[in-house]
Amino acid sequence: MGTHLPSTEFDGTAVDDQREADAEAVMGEPPAQMVQLLGPDGKLGFDPVFTEYAEKVTPEVLRGLYADMAAIRRFDVEATALQRQGQLALWVPLTGQEAAQIGSGRASRPQDYIFPTYREHGVAYTRNVDLAELLRQFRGVSNGGWNPKDTNFHLYTLVLAAQTLHAVGYAMGIQRDQKLSAAHGSGEEAAVIAYFGDGASSEGDVHESMVFASSYNAPVVFFCQNNHWAISVPTNVQTRVPLSNRAKGYGFPGIRVDGNDVIAVHAVTEWALEHARQGKGPVLIEAFTYRVGAHTTADDPTKYRQSAEEDAWRAKDPLARVEKYLRAEGLADDAFFAKVKADGDELAAYVRRTTHDLETPDIRSAFANTYAEAHPLVAEELAWFEEYTAGFEGGDLPAGSSGQPAAKAGH
Amino acid sequence: MTTMTIAKAINEGLRETLASNPKSLLMGEDIGPLGGVYRVTDGLIGEFGPDRVVDTPLAESGIIGTAIGLALRGYRPVCEIQFDGFVFPGFNQITTQLAKMHARSNGNLTVPVVIRIPYGGGIGSVEHHSESPEALFAHTAGLRIITPSNAHDAYWMVQQAVECQDPVIIFEPKRRYWLKGEVDTAAPGRAEDPFKAHVLREGTDATVVAYGPLVPVALAAANAAEEDGRSVEVIDLRSISPLDFDTVTASVQKTGRLVVAHEAPTFGGIGGEIAARISERAFHSLEAPVIRVGGFHMPYPVAKVEEDYLPDIDRILEALDRALSY
Repeated sequence: MGTHLPSTEFDGTAVDDQREADAEAVMGEPPAQMVQLLGPDGKLGFDPVFTEYAEKVTPEVLRGLYADMAAIRRFDVEATALQRQGQLALWVPLTGQEAAQIGSGRASRPQDYIFPTYREHGVAYTRNVDLAELLRQFRGVSNGGWNPKDTNFHLYTLVLAAQTLHAVGYAMGIQRDQKLSAAHGSGEEAAVIAYFGDGASSEGDVHESMVFASSYNAPVVFFCQNNHWAISVPTNVQTRVPLSNRAKGYGFPGIRVDGNDVIAVHAVTEWALEHARQGKGPVLIEAFTYRVGAHTTADDPTKYRQSAEEDAWRAKDPLARVEKYLRAEGLADDAFFAKVKADGDELAAYVRRTTHDLETPDIRSAFANTYAEAHPLVAEELAWFEEYTAGFEGGDLPAGSSGQPAAKAGH
Repeated sequence: MTTMTIAKAINEGLRETLASNPKSLLMGEDIGPLGGVYRVTDGLIGEFGPDRVVDTPLAESGIIGTAIGLALRGYRPVCEIQFDGFVFPGFNQITTQLAKMHARSNGNLTVPVVIRIPYGGGIGSVEHHSESPEALFAHTAGLRIITPSNAHDAYWMVQQAVECQDPVIIFEPKRRYWLKGEVDTAAPGRAEDPFKAHVLREGTDATVVAYGPLVPVALAAANAAEEDGRSVEVIDLRSISPLDFDTVTASVQKTGRLVVAHEAPTFGGIGGEIAARISERAFHSLEAPVIRVGGFHMPYPVAKVEEDYLPDIDRILEALDRALSY
């Protein structure tokens, strides 16, 4: 560690924790404290602030969180298989991040609004997004498979960090709604969660979103999943300080939580949402976790990281520790885990079945949805397209056409 | 009828919007107590308060991005970008997010955000303060782009933009902010389609299409041509996307000759799009090639030479001479 400049070099022994500790030492700061309640050993610890929130996670709730994590991991396996079998163009696996996503998603309330990036399948699951609908984007039949108004779970955003600003604007809207409704003696408290990753933390939009959130005291929780890899680039190229420390510069609380500890994630997120809903302003949560798999099905992690690092993180698996705890405390038995597995297989079967049936859209819907109001150029081009395709009626459609019969307009 | 400047007309249009639509709000840099660097929002914060007239941090992506979020929550944000050349930090939010949100949500979401951008040169200013980047936005589906050239249109078009369900960019001709004109604030103005071109002056020998700051120049050129016995029709495009090709086509079918003038560089510009479409739609009516008058293929030049860069009356007359020589 002769140099303190960010480096992508990997010496084969250190894991990312160590590199971050080095960076922290350079800055003369103590290593970031990390909120952890349930460690990899399955033992429940104590935290002066968050234990109170963790106590709301009753055995029943914890079993539910475990079942959610198991379900979404099973879904992840199925979606990866569907991609390998050519049923999806691409898949973005989440394995390793189940606790960060299920814990935070389950801490949200229906009136809260969620802005995900593109890997938050676990959060989507907690918001009742139909997982088959979620696959539309990856099958290439939609750029957003669900209606966010139904679930308060926004569409995936692929341009990194763009959604963090939408989240702050949405939160500014909530503030105004509350003022308007307060005049009528009512008003629902709500907050927003903006998800992003360690890679996206370098985007300017994250900075601007935190500035705006701070300036207007917006009810928004920034939830950064530090999964340690932005495709092939490790976190220490993005930052020399713990990402949670950055909140200091904006003047609001920043908390690093063990992102593989579903109890701690749930507790910290619940606290942060409460903080935001009460008008106390934004919070940054850094969920310290790990992307066990590839960035996407097009990625090859063997080119840039060591399996020893992956193994070290597998030992901190988010599901294994909950299972240890539930079994040790006598809160769940074999029958419970068997049922969780069976439910997961059923979910996977459902997703497999419905993915095959996802309807290919008609390109006319793209004409229809480019603008909300009538647009003469779109109308002119659609008219040309109709005339052009009508010329093929009764015969073969030209190569590269939508493959839909022209009669099936619908728009 | 009231006489007011374009800047005042926009101010009055915004005041009407804020008064009639409680979900509308203004956002931008220095738009509060200062009233904006061009004073277009002068006095509005005092009338409507800081929740409706929001002085933002100095970050254009932040302005557009948070406006998108506000629109998703049901608000009608009107963003002011201080100068044309400063829109680019917000370009990503405009083109990858704002323009596509309705389409990528399969029509479930609308993002009625309005972005006001003072544009164009001729004010002797420093770098990045005199540009005409409208073609960059016109190329992006999902956006609507309008540009008033007079006070009456400015008053109504800003209000109509806020009412539109689609994102609308208003390019405001900054060197004409102090141009006075008659404004009819009575309701019929609302019925005028903001996306339609207006024939400002009828003629029979050639058509000049212009928009924004060059409309008065085109009218002056037509008047000068008349002294030489040439009858020139002048069209104020008003809307760049959608672009009213029907009005332009009908005019060219009558005159047979077309000159398109804008401050933006001709290469890859709106004039090229008009030339291509008109050559398809009115090929047999054309007596001459469509001729473009515009900026050169260079970064906007320094103020002391901008008069050599900007199309003026003589440049339009020269183009008319060429068109009429065929």
